[in-house]
Amino acid sequence: MSSADMQQTDGPMLAADGTPLKKSLSRALRAQKIRALLLIAPLLLFIVITFIAPIADMLFRSVQNDIVSETLPRTVVELDRWEGGDAPDEQTFTALAKDLAVATELKTHTRLGSRLNYETTGVSSLFRKSGRKVDEVGEVYQDQFEDLNEAWEEPATWVGLMADPDWISGQANAEGAGSPFLISPVAQQALPETARMYSQFATVIQTEDADNPAQEKPWAIVYQALYEDLSGGADAAAFYDGDLVALITEAQGAVGGFETQPVREFFLDEIDEDWADPQIWGTIEAFSSPYTAGYFLSAIDFQLTPDGVSLRPDDERVYGTLFWRTFKMSMIIMVSCILLGYPISFLLSNLPLRTSNLLLILVLLPFWTSLLVRTSAWKALLQNEGVINDLLVWSGLISDAGRLALINNQTGTIIAMTHILLPFMILPLYSVMKTIPPYYVRAAKSLGASNWTAFWRVYFPQSVPGIGAGCILVFILAIGYYITPAIVGGTDGIFISNRIAYHISSSLNWGLAAALGTILLVVVLLLYYIYDRIVGIDNVSLG
Amino acid sequence: MLDTRSGQAFVEFDRVQKSYDGENLVVKDLNLSIPKGEFLTMLGPSGSGKTTCLMMLAGFETATYGEIRLDGQEINNIPPHKRGIGMVFQNYALFPHMTVAENLAFPLEVRKMGKSERDEKIKRALDMVQMGAFGGRRPAQLSGGQQQRIALARALVFEPELVLMDEPLGALDKQLRESLQFEITNLAHELGITVVYVTHDQTEALTMSDRVAVFDDGRIQQLAPPDELYEQPQNSFVAQFIGENNTLAGKVTQLSGDRCVVQLDGTGEEIDAMPVNVNNVGDQTLVSIRPERVEFNPELGPDAHTLDAEVLEFIYMGDVFRTRLRVAGRDDFIAKTRNRADQHRFQKGDKVKIGWLPQDCRALDH
Repeated sequence: MSSADMQQTDGPMLAADGTPLKKSLSRALRAQKIRALLLIAPLLLFIVITFIAPIADMLFRSVQNDIVSETLPRTVVELDRWEGGDAPDEQTFTALAKDLAVATELKTHTRLGSRLNYETTGVSSLFRKSGRKVDEVGEVYQDQFEDLNEAWEEPATWVGLMADPDWISGQANAEGAGSPFLISPVAQQALPETARMYSQFATVIQTEDADNPAQEKPWAIVYQALYEDLSGGADAAAFYDGDLVALITEAQGAVGGFETQPVREFFLDEIDEDWADPQIWGTIEAFSSPYTAGYFLSAIDFQLTPDGVSLRPDDERVYGTLFWRTFKMSMIIMVSCILLGYPISFLLSNLPLRTSNLLLILVLLPFWTSLLVRTSAWKALLQNEGVINDLLVWSGLISDAGRLALINNQTGTIIAMTHILLPFMILPLYSVMKTIPPYYVRAAKSLGASNWTAFWRVYFPQSVPGIGAGCILVFILAIGYYITPAIVGGTDGIFISNRIAYHISSSLNWGLAAALGTILLVVVLLLYYIYDRIVGIDNVSLG
Repeated sequence: MLDTRSGQAFVEFDRVQKSYDGENLVVKDLNLSIPKGEFLTMLGPSGSGKTTCLMMLAGFETATYGEIRLDGQEINNIPPHKRGIGMVFQNYALFPHMTVAENLAFPLEVRKMGKSERDEKIKRALDMVQMGAFGGRRPAQLSGGQQQRIALARALVFEPELVLMDEPLGALDKQLRESLQFEITNLAHELGITVVYVTHDQTEALTMSDRVAVFDDGRIQQLAPPDELYEQPQNSFVAQFIGENNTLAGKVTQLSGDRCVVQLDGTGEEIDAMPVNVNNVGDQTLVSIRPERVEFNPELGPDAHTLDAEVLEFIYMGDVFRTRLRVAGRDDFIAKTRNRADQHRFQKGDKVKIGWLPQDCRALDH
């Protein structure tokens, strides 16, 4: 016995050079593994970029909801204090006015309106209407400031007050937008609201209009902010020096006597009384968090209201029915495929190879025709004046008045999809049946089993893996099918995927589409899991 | 002509023919009568029609013409599952989705047997093949030899009187095959069942059978017990198919009763032989001599013929020596001698005289 053999009795197995065998084995296999990885790398990269990343992004969209907090940052903060019941206070309305003023310039208020309209109808038009009038907020202060001192009309005054000195010096003769605006730290301390508002104004002017803020008079809402800062009582002038001290001191002395205009009243009276509706505010608050379960709730016919989660009213429930129908019809299609496909596969697997190959080509023939063409052909066959009804009437099986409704309903979808998905059942069945040797059935018969018993007890159990594979294929394809239900399904024969497509391309509610897609994906995975537990994935075979 | 109505015949083929394509006969005029309790082997090269005969008996093929009778009753139109014949297949054909016990229960279940009776029979059958501990296993967990034992037990568990075996040991290695051959014959005799056994392995046929039917070209070439088949082949096909055999071509020059003289084609030398199917002087014939019946430097009678031979090769095989010789112009003549202490070991190139007893040299058809 060599020394290496002796070591087997205690401790890990060692290779000839004394390193542990496991280690030296993994070293020996490393090059092989790296080569395997390199071989799949292009495909892996391709799939990650074009498939996995988009799907992840899509799934993320189903919970993503930062549009409210991004578009109405001030309002969302103020709404924290709101306790429902009535419309919120003046301060919240002021925040809303500032947010909306910026959003209107950026034109994001309509997007937000459409988003919130999914939850509460009417928000979209309310936001559009508000966007048109919100620039009037603060005009009353603008006039009074300008009356007080003409310097407030000058863009230069504002730049002097608000901009960082470095930015000003680099900006003197700039054409167009110039370098990105920098707010001065002094202004942020002296006039915080104004500084924030002006900085947003400057950025919008630069990015949206490509103009230089040094040559533009601020929006009225900036004067509103200035009024708020000055009437707040803090000694803003103390932060400045030179001419600006006098200007601010003068203004600070005058604001006490300014004519005021409460923003809340302006919104309720001048823009739309709907702003008094606590439901609008409830919706904004409910969706103010950057992540939401709202899309998922909608996807299962629930809704997120200010009072919590509740079932949608009867007439708004669609998705539960649609999911159930998709599931039920996929099952029916799957069972039809088994019933039609099993005998064919059985025949194919028992014929001589030449004949079965020929028949197999016939089975595959539909694949050579475009899916759209096949589905359209079903339209011609199934319609009221179509070939099938005409034949039935001609043969006297049905009367002319009693033509069967075979299309634009569930029947049409089931017929057309069974036809289209049938090869996906036949192929795995056939390839599994081909591997079942004929001597099993012979053995069963020699043991005394009748033809039926031999089939049912011996042949059928061995073909179950094929049925399993066919069922998974057909069911998963069916549950996500889109074109055929869209063409022959009418209104009550459509699937959940048609609704997803509608939200992707027509209503542009991608979040809801993503939530529906996610649910579909989870349901499929769940079924796959259940199937694995009951039948066993190892029992699925494609031959 | 066989007496197909004989009282003791259990299985009978009566002028049976079989064609698959309507042009060629795979089985040509088969007449065979098997008494109860006999172990009969159908031996032949592939394509000789032996498996077709077995399948006709089992009911998986129908005879194109003729009658097959089981226990006096015609079974041509009885479906296989009503024939009550046990069958063992080359590929075992154990149902992969059932355990061993379930496999054995299958023939009993389809016969609507009660559970307690069933369990008892399964246990007895498993013990019979020494597989009592394997009832709960799946066929895939068993070795080939174990699977074939289970297949055997399954074919016997419902106590058929006739069991068909289609090359049951063909997929096993040599040692296993030999021990199973022994077990199968013992079981068959103990149970008193009739066995029709198909194989292309002549050793298997000779060691196991009561009688062997040698098939070729759709016909039974010879039906005889193993010793008779080996020692007294009726034609040159059988002589060559069974065991090792030397053949020499020649012409009959003298013929008297059970002796004839054959002049060999190659050198014109003459040898003594026993006429089997030569009828006239001048007939062309193939004479057949078993290698172990060849004697070196024989001391036969004074008028006995001997042949000159030259040693081409001397092969040491342990229990025997195998000597390849050039005889009558052919260099594939084999002689076998036992490895005895006094046995001379030849050198390549040695010249010797060889001869044999006339009854060991059979003049057969050409």
